[in-house]
Amino acid sequence: MVEGLSKSFDGHAAVDGIDLEVPAGTVCGLLGPNGAGKTTTVRILTTLLRADGGRAVVAGADVMRDPAGVRRRIGLVGQHAAVDEVLSGRQNLVLFGRLFHLGAEAARARADELLERFGLVEAGAKPVAQYSGGMRRRLDLAAGLILSPPVLFLDEPTTGLDPRGRNEVWAAVRALVDEGTTVLLTTQQLEEADQLADRITVIDRGRVIASDTPEALKAALGGDWIDVVLATEDAVAPAAALLERVSGAEPEVDVEARRVSAPVADRVAALAEVVRAFGDSAEDIALRRPTLDEVFLALTEERV
Amino acid sequence: MSATSEHRGALLAPPGETAAGRLRWALADTWTITLRALQHWFAQPFVLVVGLLFPILMLLMFGYLLRGGYGSDYPSILMPAMLALTAVWGLEATMTAIVTDAQRGITDRFRSLPMAGSAVIAGRGVADMLNAFVGMLILMACGLAIGWRWEDGLANGLAALVLLLWLRFAMIWVGLYLGLVAGKQEVVAAVQILVWPLAFLSNAFSDPATMPSWLGAVAEWNPLSATVAATRELFGNPGWSSDSWVAAHSIELAIVWPLLLTAVFFPLAVAKYRGLSR
Repeated sequence: MVEGLSKSFDGHAAVDGIDLEVPAGTVCGLLGPNGAGKTTTVRILTTLLRADGGRAVVAGADVMRDPAGVRRRIGLVGQHAAVDEVLSGRQNLVLFGRLFHLGAEAARARADELLERFGLVEAGAKPVAQYSGGMRRRLDLAAGLILSPPVLFLDEPTTGLDPRGRNEVWAAVRALVDEGTTVLLTTQQLEEADQLADRITVIDRGRVIASDTPEALKAALGGDWIDVVLATEDAVAPAAALLERVSGAEPEVDVEARRVSAPVADRVAALAEVVRAFGDSAEDIALRRPTLDEVFLALTEERV
Repeated sequence: MSATSEHRGALLAPPGETAAGRLRWALADTWTITLRALQHWFAQPFVLVVGLLFPILMLLMFGYLLRGGYGSDYPSILMPAMLALTAVWGLEATMTAIVTDAQRGITDRFRSLPMAGSAVIAGRGVADMLNAFVGMLILMACGLAIGWRWEDGLANGLAALVLLLWLRFAMIWVGLYLGLVAGKQEVVAAVQILVWPLAFLSNAFSDPATMPSWLGAVAEWNPLSATVAATRELFGNPGWSSDSWVAAHSIELAIVWPLLLTAVFFPLAVAKYRGLSR
């Protein structure tokens, strides 16, 4: 639970009065571009930074008044895989287990359990420097889960990962959520928030500009987009006219690339109509999620 | 959730609310962080060995290649200088470790754990002191092999070793502070270069009396010079004869200089570490 959180660096407000409420056992996606204040928010909630104003309670512990209490109840997986490269995966988990004040025996047992769970048993004895990006993130995630914290913070957990590594991390996060962990996830990718989050909060320049379920948010933005690439430039204008009629919004037209794009509410009907009219003269027809740019454009236009 | 209660049940004890309980946890956490550094030695024996061999290489290089400057007595003249320089070089080791942890996000992970904050710094310090102690013992063994001796009894010899470690102790705080401020490996490289003129602008390798007088005065007042001169005196090894006040009080200065450095850089380092949350 977060109320009016704010934080400035050198007079510049990085977080400017953010309110947030994440019910236990749900995933909240904090979506925003670089510099929107996502990481600053997470750093405040994980007690790494002190807020200038506002109040935040994480798993029942007040972030300003009881930082030690917060630290016992959270796991943090940051943008870097914050694990010791020189040590083995198992040594890392035992080290962090000891620092969570598990006994020596319990720390070793927990390390083995987590290696098993994240499919790192074989790699457990190898130094982390030899791990792939996906393996490092999974180890990082495991290190954040030593005490099975009720609340987990994931700060852009798949940045810099290839699709395979990304899927590995997503699967691990989903398994945790199924067990009832509350997750606050920051991301720049709409798709990631869509895949994992129950609720998405969009922030920009330190302020919340939208907060809703992924479905409602996408519906409000006109849902998915359809892209049509025509074979000839002559076909561009009629295609734009058709898309305008189908979507009810003005389509984006790129004459040089012979591409017309528009948001569509009813994916199937729109696709069928476009195929019927331009099945022969189109090089490519595709339905896709709006990009983050389009989301922001739509949301900021709404506010103006 | 059953898994949660299970692991929470395995916690050694609730974190101490009393001062004694907190101290106990701070010590336990410090030891955990120290162990991590020791694990690094075993995981990277090559790095450890190169670090230990470097001063020996320097000793042999100065001794055999620049022999003309020192004569046959070179082991006795050079050993105290090399030992004191080992203490100063430790600054870079401390800095590198701090900067690496900060860059990889490991410092932040430690700070998000319910561990004692002081342990991150203290554990580093204990590990660095152990490393310095072992390094100096090895260097001394090597010195013995090429003819260096402590001529003035075991007690004075041990006192010299304590003064050398005392200088290394001061370097921990300088290194911690510079590492926290710098935050980049490039800055560590710059410090590595700047340590050299500091090392030569001292009585370690040449007699300050042979330098231009103002430079000689700076060299004599160099904290490194105090430890080198004090170590030479306590080991009963020859040094440069000087009748200056500084030279006459080298042992006192070898105690005061590191104390002064610690008094300045310890609070700076702690404030900087605490200030990470600002």
